Amino acid sequence: MSAPGTAAFCLRLLRRQLVLAVRRPIDIGNPLLFFAMVVALFPLGLGPAPDTLAEFAPGILWIVALLSNLLTSDGVFRSDFDDGSLEQLLLSPQPLYLSVLSYICAHWLVTGLLLALVSPVFALMLNLPVAGIAALFGSLLLGSAVLSLVGGIGAALTVGLKRGGMLISLLILPLYMPVLIFGSAAVKAAVTGAPAGPYLAILGAMLSLAVALAPFAISAGLRISVDA
Amino acid sequence: MPLLAARDLCLERGGRQLFTGLSFAVLPGQLIQIGGANGAGKTSLMRILAGLSRYGFEGQVERNASLLYLGHHSAVKAMLTPRENLAWHVSGEGVYSDAVIEEALHKVGLYGYEDVPSHALSAGQHRRVNLARLYCSSSPLWLLDEPFTAIDVAGVGELEALFARHARLGGAVVLTSHQRLGVDHPVVPLDLDTGIAP
Repeated sequence: MSAPGTAAFCLRLLRRQLVLAVRRPIDIGNPLLFFAMVVALFPLGLGPAPDTLAEFAPGILWIVALLSNLLTSDGVFRSDFDDGSLEQLLLSPQPLYLSVLSYICAHWLVTGLLLALVSPVFALMLNLPVAGIAALFGSLLLGSAVLSLVGGIGAALTVGLKRGGMLISLLILPLYMPVLIFGSAAVKAAVTGAPAGPYLAILGAMLSLAVALAPFAISAGLRISVDA
Repeated sequence: MPLLAARDLCLERGGRQLFTGLSFAVLPGQLIQIGGANGAGKTSLMRILAGLSRYGFEGQVERNASLLYLGHHSAVKAMLTPRENLAWHVSGEGVYSDAVIEEALHKVGLYGYEDVPSHALSAGQHRRVNLARLYCSSSPLWLLDEPFTAIDVAGVGELEALFARHARLGGAVVLTSHQRLGVDHPVVPLDLDTGIAP
């Protein structure tokens, strides 16, 4: 046995989480399916006129992405709490900040990243002008990472509760709003021909802030949840 | 130097004083069994000693050695095989080599089950995957909450032998159990009211 470096430990955690996710493909598929279903409903509700759809597409795509993230954020620590793995993680000599970041990173890879990758298809379904697709991809890539980090705070605080679903929404939705505003604004700007760069930069700044601070909040939330 | 020292621990739960002024030290070579009826506060004490409970009690715990805590939950992921469960364990205690994991799984009687998904294993086998960590670990201090739950008679005997060996090699074991230990090593009883008798 050898004492592992922290980097090696985090990579193993990441791999563990990804393997767990891949072995439960329904958990990966659910948010994507949700995204597809809701996007498919909008033309029925708003009417199929291409111009109307194109006008609302940035907002619709971003709201649905946000909701599908909300749907999954509840489960980041759930199974580890239930089977006692979380206790072991908290007792680990490794820095919890980085362990938590590995969990969130794995969550983002199987939710936000996948969503960003398939988003151009849904964008075309809603007749989003091609000029906006790059901005949509970029803003989802950055924004969903912020959502995963912020969602992790809610997940950590509510993991000890039997029914934390509604509470987690109340806790983190206010923090999701800035991401939604700048995310959809980036797409709208790109569609109208204005530069999306400033909006993406603000999302990047939010991401930096979230990476720096959210793991501390998540760690504290996990300690409280396991202690209770 | 004691591996762990508890000073003046007081815990109240639901308006009931579970223990007050509990002080003791865990020395290398000691095998300590915490006794007490159901609800006496054994698990609460274990969680305080491990550092999982950080609020809601009074007193100090001083930890001078790395510890391995096994609680009521087995921390075994059903979607991973026993081998993966140990190799990617979240405790971050160490990287166990394949050989070490294989040997540990054989010792806990999971020969042939190394690569079976854990959801196909029984509750007792889940416990055994968790207990396999004892064979991999290099932590001197073991805090074991009801380690014999769901373990068969032969398995209990092997665990007892393992605890005695660990204590003889300079480690220490603190465990809660309702059964009398059949080990060829002195067992120090810890009473939640009076502590360790001098």
